[in-house]
Amino acid sequence: MRELTEHALYVAMRDGARYADIRILHRREQVASVKNGNVDGIGDQDSEGFGVRVLVGNSWGFASSAYVNRTEIERVAGLAVKIAKASALVPGEPVNLGEPVRAVGNYTTPIEADPFTISLEQKLDLLFRADAIMRRNAGVQIAESNMLAVRNHKFFANTEGAFIEQTIYESGGGIAATAVNDKEVQIRSYPNSFRYQGTGGWEYVTAADFVGNAERVAEEAVQLLFADVCPSKETTLILGSSQLALQIHESCGHPTELDRVYGTEAAFAGRSFLTTDKRNNFRYGSEIVNLTADSIRATGLGTFGWDDEGIPASSTPLVKNGQFTGYLMSRETAAKLGLLSNGCMRADGWNRIPLIRMTNVSLEAGSWEFNDLVADTDDGILMDTNRSWSIDDMRLNFQFGTEVGYEIKNGKRGRLLKNCTYGGITPDFWNSCDAISNDKHWILWGTPNCGKGEPMQTMGTGHGASPARFRNVKVGVLK
Amino acid sequence: MNFREIADIVIDASRADETEVLAMEQDESLTRFANNCVHQNVTERNVQITVRSVIGSKVGITVSNDIRHDGLRRLAARAHEVARLQPDNPEFRGLPAPQPITPIPAFDAAVAECTPEWRAISAGVICRKAGADSCSAAGSITTSSFSIGVANSKGVFAEHQSTMADASTVIMGKNSSGWAQGSGWCLQSIEPEALADEALTKVRWGIDPVDFEPGDYPVILDPYATADLLEMLAFDGMGALAVQEGRSWMNGRLGQRIMAESVSIIDDALSTDGIPTPFDFEGLPKQVVPVVSTGIAVSPVYDSFTAGREAGKQSTGHATPPSPQGRFGPAPLNLFLRQGTASLESMIQSTKLGLYITRFWYTRTVHPRDAVVTGMTRDGTFVIRNGEISQAIKSMRFTQSYVEALKDAEMIGAQPRLLRSGFGGATSVPPVKLGKFRFTSSTR
Repeated sequence: MRELTEHALYVAMRDGARYADIRILHRREQVASVKNGNVDGIGDQDSEGFGVRVLVGNSWGFASSAYVNRTEIERVAGLAVKIAKASALVPGEPVNLGEPVRAVGNYTTPIEADPFTISLEQKLDLLFRADAIMRRNAGVQIAESNMLAVRNHKFFANTEGAFIEQTIYESGGGIAATAVNDKEVQIRSYPNSFRYQGTGGWEYVTAADFVGNAERVAEEAVQLLFADVCPSKETTLILGSSQLALQIHESCGHPTELDRVYGTEAAFAGRSFLTTDKRNNFRYGSEIVNLTADSIRATGLGTFGWDDEGIPASSTPLVKNGQFTGYLMSRETAAKLGLLSNGCMRADGWNRIPLIRMTNVSLEAGSWEFNDLVADTDDGILMDTNRSWSIDDMRLNFQFGTEVGYEIKNGKRGRLLKNCTYGGITPDFWNSCDAISNDKHWILWGTPNCGKGEPMQTMGTGHGASPARFRNVKVGVLK
Repeated sequence: MNFREIADIVIDASRADETEVLAMEQDESLTRFANNCVHQNVTERNVQITVRSVIGSKVGITVSNDIRHDGLRRLAARAHEVARLQPDNPEFRGLPAPQPITPIPAFDAAVAECTPEWRAISAGVICRKAGADSCSAAGSITTSSFSIGVANSKGVFAEHQSTMADASTVIMGKNSSGWAQGSGWCLQSIEPEALADEALTKVRWGIDPVDFEPGDYPVILDPYATADLLEMLAFDGMGALAVQEGRSWMNGRLGQRIMAESVSIIDDALSTDGIPTPFDFEGLPKQVVPVVSTGIAVSPVYDSFTAGREAGKQSTGHATPPSPQGRFGPAPLNLFLRQGTASLESMIQSTKLGLYITRFWYTRTVHPRDAVVTGMTRDGTFVIRNGEISQAIKSMRFTQSYVEALKDAEMIGAQPRLLRSGFGGATSVPPVKLGKFRFTSSTR
């Protein structure tokens, strides 16, 4: 492999690059899904290829190919330089990458059971058992269960001397029951509505106990058809851990991406209200709000050894005691702030350039027992499990819908509510946070489907959270 | 390696009862600009081979980009192995038999051969025009060529080559922005100067936006926003699988007049006004399907699996690529909202109080059975008073049933625009005027 990476870097420099890197990647994915007693999808996917990124003067070029051989590497490295020279026809500011990156090493996700050594029969057995239990409930129209295993084996090398080999394992899955009547569709998912997914082995899937939760999931889906609709009012809102994870993703993760702040995602993903003048100078949330980006926590979908620029895994406070303090950064954007990258450049496969992506962006646990938090709430609604999500291009105005809600009256969880929605403005919302549950209730969730960039890239990100309470939130937009 | 060779190797190597090979080869380049400079410039060449292996009514699927002979044989063997492991699926009626397919031109060599210099120069046109107005441009220019081949052991063999060109830009001023986009299969679909002018007009109109009270208002939608109506309706249930599972907005509405009489939504993959394709991802010929005709919900689109579940139904040629992840189901990828006769100016002039909207952003389904969608307006939202655009306003959030919105369609524009959509398709839409649209909040 060294010979191929060195040849690519040699060709790039020979043709005029002042910096180049290459990633060679082999991705293997195995998926299975069962729907209403039948296999809905099953099989393997393999993809292998490489991408060469070059900096010529102050302009970038990138080329990639599925054909990993010396001849194609020579063609593609040369093409990347040619593309960079074309970019220079519409030049921008000088590019400073900061300190050279010379990391050398290996990283493999710690796993107990390689998910690719578990037979498909065993995986299907788990899915069929959960499916059968959900279908025992006559009110369930659609029962779905699925699993996934991923192995990304990748090499990174750059012209500054870095050479890194990583093997990242991901495992996940989930179940869902859908109940339908002549007016509406209600769904309950477990463990999450986005696939439950993390870096880990087969043990990550079995720990979730799909089978043990299937009956409850089916019952709740059917109950939702008969539940009262979420009222429309301003009230106290308690968000469950998985919904809060997505709230963090959309309203903290994305606006702290420094490329958005600098406008390079303006045409597609949008920009950010967290402009650089606000760093260390803006109250993002209440004093109990502490948000952290890390790439080191076990099982996080944003956990790795090095990012796709060769920067080692790390942990960065984004919001400390409510104050906005930090960004998710690349080498180039960090240097603009006079900082070093905190290792957030990640590419979706060999055929995509690395972009600034969330790693594991989490709300640190608070001090409340969850039951005490509910008992302390006179009037409010508990919502959990995401059903819809939308936020504006500056990451300010958001609206979320959840699968399930429960009325809270006089400190007790009451009637089931359906079609729950809530909305707000990001800093107002986080400043209204007055209670966060403790670490006993803290879960590191995975969001496997974060879209960004052109061509579109899909990335897995991690988000840890424990249930938290927010005051004076507008709920029930959908009457 | 040509597709015939790939198909022969896989089908010869397969021990399954039936075998299907889908090959998709893509050569795509994209030049991205922001802050009036090119900041990302990428190219990709990839091929994806998907094998569907059928034993009785069991189906295994494997996907790979390894087209070496050994790799293709391994792919066939693995698909067979995967199929063997599962119980019978009585709803699967087998791979389709061949049907005649008429070729359609959709390949422009100028797109396939487009250079990074051409794309950069085109981006430069937009950037310089923005810079001259003290504005900042961002956007992308994409040129791609795509080859698809489908073959199966029952005799299906179909090949098609197409190209796609797309350019879009958001231009930002002090406190306003504008958007413009154009797509097509010919290189002349990209008109950077016209796109820059269109976006800059919105920037000028949008200066100093003010807050505006949420509520129900008539709206005039640019084609970019109209496209979202069609695409979300497609996603929420124009495919037969969604209807069969009872989760589509078409459930309970088929045969009924549910939209204004002026609304006809047709999926037409054969029209060269779109990005045409003669067959679907299982090699069946594309049919023109009126999904909504003069406001009446007529029919979802079908693939062979969903057609096989209903007596007397045939596939309409709308299969999406088979995936090990499960059935996405059939989908309309070439939607047309039949154009009307109205000009944008006449729509504005006929409006006493309403909103003019450039495009929607981050739209998501809240309630699938009624196609209730939430999202934001973006890159130019304006108040119309007494037949004139009177003031720019800050972006608004809406929560609205798209079916209900089209029930209140008052005017359909005469000039459609083609905009790329998913799976290599495109949507052709004119501006529309809708009598009522529900806004639930605004941003800062």
